[in-house]
Amino acid sequence: MTEHTIKTNHGRNAALLSILPGIGQFYNKQYLKGIIFLILTASFFIAFTDTLSWGFWGLLTLGEIPNLDHSIFLLIDGIIALIVTALGLVIYAFNIYDALSNGRKRDEGRKLNSVKEQYHNLLDSGFPYLMISPGFFLLVFVVIFPILFVILLSFTNYDLYHSPPAKLVDWIGVQNFIDIFKLDLWRETFIGVFGWTIVWTFGATTLQVALGIFLAILVNQKDLKGKAIIRTVLILPWAVPSFISILIFSGMFNESFGVINRTLLDAIGIGAIPWMTEEGWTRLALIFIQSWLGFPFIFAMTTGVLQSIPDELYEAATVDGASMLQKFRKITLPLVLFATAPIIITQYTFNFNNFNVIFLFNGGGPALPGQNAGGSDILISWIYKLTMTSAQYGKAAAITMILSLIVISIALWQFKQTKSFKEEDMM
Amino acid sequence: MSMKKNKIVRLTVSYLIIAFVVLIVIYPLLWVIGSSFNPGQSLSGSKMFPENPTLDHYRYLFDMEESNYVKWYLNSLKISVMTMILTVITVSLTAYSFSRYRFVGRKNGLLTFLILQMIPNFAALIAIFVLATRTGLIDTHLGLILVYVGGQIPMNTWLMKGYLDTIPKELDESARMDGASHFRVFFQIIMPLAKPIVAVVALFSFIAPFGDFILARIILRTDEKFTMAVGLYEMVAKQFGNEFTKFAAGSVLIAIPIAILFLFFQKYFVSGLTAGGTKG
Repeated sequence: MTEHTIKTNHGRNAALLSILPGIGQFYNKQYLKGIIFLILTASFFIAFTDTLSWGFWGLLTLGEIPNLDHSIFLLIDGIIALIVTALGLVIYAFNIYDALSNGRKRDEGRKLNSVKEQYHNLLDSGFPYLMISPGFFLLVFVVIFPILFVILLSFTNYDLYHSPPAKLVDWIGVQNFIDIFKLDLWRETFIGVFGWTIVWTFGATTLQVALGIFLAILVNQKDLKGKAIIRTVLILPWAVPSFISILIFSGMFNESFGVINRTLLDAIGIGAIPWMTEEGWTRLALIFIQSWLGFPFIFAMTTGVLQSIPDELYEAATVDGASMLQKFRKITLPLVLFATAPIIITQYTFNFNNFNVIFLFNGGGPALPGQNAGGSDILISWIYKLTMTSAQYGKAAAITMILSLIVISIALWQFKQTKSFKEEDMM
Repeated sequence: MSMKKNKIVRLTVSYLIIAFVVLIVIYPLLWVIGSSFNPGQSLSGSKMFPENPTLDHYRYLFDMEESNYVKWYLNSLKISVMTMILTVITVSLTAYSFSRYRFVGRKNGLLTFLILQMIPNFAALIAIFVLATRTGLIDTHLGLILVYVGGQIPMNTWLMKGYLDTIPKELDESARMDGASHFRVFFQIIMPLAKPIVAVVALFSFIAPFGDFILARIILRTDEKFTMAVGLYEMVAKQFGNEFTKFAAGSVLIAIPIAILFLFFQKYFVSGLTAGGTKG
């Protein structure tokens, strides 16, 4: 092999011939494989020609005759055509790659695999793909497909006035994005909602994290009695399904009948507080509720970490004359934060999209004048309203894209920080 | 002397803070249990300790002719169990491939999963709604289950892959040497060792549909097909407060089994999440 100089050009020839799938394999004298590729190609075109031409026509035009062409269905068919094309291209690329690598083998004077070996090879290298395929197909249809749909939808004018089948939907480029930042109503709503989303994410999450860590350390004190029962009780808000707790709170905070205004505040001589009708109070209540819902999770995690810190660490610190505060700042806190950091970050992304608490407590309300979102709406609940109540599909899709870009950048940044991302083998 | 005094002060303050937090934690829960035994219908009259407690609301919920509560309960149970089974199967298969095989597209696949787990799939709710309408899966449990399973795959695959990575590769390599097939290695060597993480994934995927509101709300349209979350929401939202005591009874019946299940398996949740968190 080392002495062998390459004189032939089988690799290049086979790859070029493979522009028509299968011919390159014939050239390499792998007839069975060549036939399979030919049949695959032929059946691909026979089966999908109609789907593809129809799909791409629909994708480009979004229909031409109202009442007959349903723009949104055409969009769906178009996306299916895109996915089918992508799959076809992958097989096509594999065909060329296969012809090229086998041709190279011949150039180097190596023997090609026999049919039987090819079969075993296929089984071995195909196995992971076989295993992944069920999950992969499901992902394509319920996750990837919707994402493509939203991306495309954000460039259309699909709304109440352009609703198929009576009306057609049209491509309008980046007009939705321009509108959101240019038109007063949209810009002000967007800025308002976005600002509150940020305040909400940081306020509620930081509070629940701080409370969880604080209580875990408090309960973990050695000479404190009844740890087991206290821990069980403190975990209850996590154990009860959150939609139930939120609906319960929504009843308790009810302005005229709720137990908070009628009994608790009455008892300490404070008048009724407009929890549901005044923006500021709703937001305050929401942050309180989310802290109630979220702290047990952090509490449980931190407790786990605390129990794994060896006592010797503290004993050594005591011998060296460290005070309680010093021990906390130099030993406990760094260890806890280090171990729970990834979880804490996911809590922030979770609250950023915490639809349930916002929607179930007060429906994103109270309504505000001059805005098309409620006073406690965060981006995700605003998107829900735009979609389900005001039928502003195009705009909602554009906002979804903005939201996804934010989340993705944070996610990528976070995982760049974690160690496993850099380890070649882990990825 | 002062050490001892110090300790007493510290413990007293600790107990006081804990007592206060415990009060805030259990007050809403006790209040809803109390409300469920209240004779009246509405929010306004409900008291934590009703003078003449009644079981009427519970009877109402179990009266199949008047209320769909039992149906919602069964729907939720069915959807959760199906989601759990399908998730465990697909996630085990994908996680095993990602952990054990080096194939073209692996790295990009993992990265895609990483990003997908960050965007909740209801962000694309318009798409899910339109797609379900187009395929006729709107208002069916099958549609909802498929959406749940698809949404569960990315995060749980990472979780399980992290665990499988810790099982030594020599085990399956030597089995392969001895002539065991790919499937045999998977079923007879890896899966038995991966039981703890399978349990965690099963728990997560069972609990998640119970807590979901938004997807069920988008896909399910008729009263008989509702899940617990949508049904109970409709109950309070329709005329706020007027059916509050019935809602309270319904909440108690669903919250207690879930909470018991949860407390029972709590330590697995914690271990599963920290394992996935630090390795993912």
